[in-house]
Amino acid sequence: MEETTHIQPQPVDKAKVRKIWITALYLALITALEFLIAFTVPLEMATTRVAIFVAMTIVKAFYIVAEFMHLKYEMKVLIWSILIPMIFVVWMLIAFIYEGSAINAINY
Amino acid sequence: MSATAHTIDSPKRSIWDGGQSPLKASYGKLMMWFFLLSDAFTFSALLITYGLIRSAHQGYEGSAEAFVFSQDYWPIPEKVFEAVPFLHGVSLPLVFVGIMTFILIMSSVTMVLAVEAGHRMDRKDVEKWMLWTIIGGLVFLGCQAWEWSHFIHGVGGGGAGLAWNEYGPPDFAAFFFFITGFHGTHVFSGVVLNFIIYYNTVTGVYDRRGHYEMVEKVGLYWHFVDLVWVFVFTFFYLV
Repeated sequence: MEETTHIQPQPVDKAKVRKIWITALYLALITALEFLIAFTVPLEMATTRVAIFVAMTIVKAFYIVAEFMHLKYEMKVLIWSILIPMIFVVWMLIAFIYEGSAINAINY
Repeated sequence: MSATAHTIDSPKRSIWDGGQSPLKASYGKLMMWFFLLSDAFTFSALLITYGLIRSAHQGYEGSAEAFVFSQDYWPIPEKVFEAVPFLHGVSLPLVFVGIMTFILIMSSVTMVLAVEAGHRMDRKDVEKWMLWTIIGGLVFLGCQAWEWSHFIHGVGGGGAGLAWNEYGPPDFAAFFFFITGFHGTHVFSGVVLNFIIYYNTVTGVYDRRGHYEMVEKVGLYWHFVDLVWVFVFTFFYLV
């Protein structure tokens, strides 16, 4: 394409690329740590295990959404219009796990 | 004096009155965000239903060493997902799914690098990183196909289907198929979208357009697929 040959690409932003790889490193480390916990913390400590896994998942989700999806650098209004509706998910999750435990208590 | 009169006369305008973008994001990017929000609800519905059904079943009580497959309680994932291709009969709990997680995270990284290259109008770099992202997606799909095949054929107890499975209660396999299947479909659509972006980059569409915003929009979708996998990994394979 003749009309496109004159486009001069700008040089690589080293700091930006570095940040991307550091975020990737965090994600890999957290995943590795999850594996470690899956095999070291005994199954009997179910509540502890679930709490740790959920917390680490939220940390990973934060890095993906904030850095990779760039949401951290968007306008506040946009950030909140994406995050606030998630309240419904949390509410539904709590309600349904509670419901499930009640079914379990009746059946067993 | 005239300055005061001027302020009184000019109408008060907020940023929401039109003529500018209050969210400082393009229409396409906003719509992608809101689509992803609705898609997040769909995935949440599946995962929450899984939570409901799982908590309604009996959990396994006892040590991991003494675990045997039974219809009476929900299986522990590290005993179900312990096979790795070419290592038949070797017990490697969660190793293969760990590799799959790593592949998907890496393809997310190459996607951000493609977006970064797009900001610099660097066609060659966008092509390179998009190609790596597509390869990552395809490898992930291949891994999933193998995992499904292994799961369906089973480990000698009759395998798994939607109505019955050798690992635990029928709902266990049903949720495995629905949740990883729905996620796999998203990965597949993502690979198709990534390929379209790659094709347009190679043919110079975005150079002529003057910006690479389409890479960013499809990138959002691709990261979302990775994000969902993070949750599926935790709630299906770890908990």
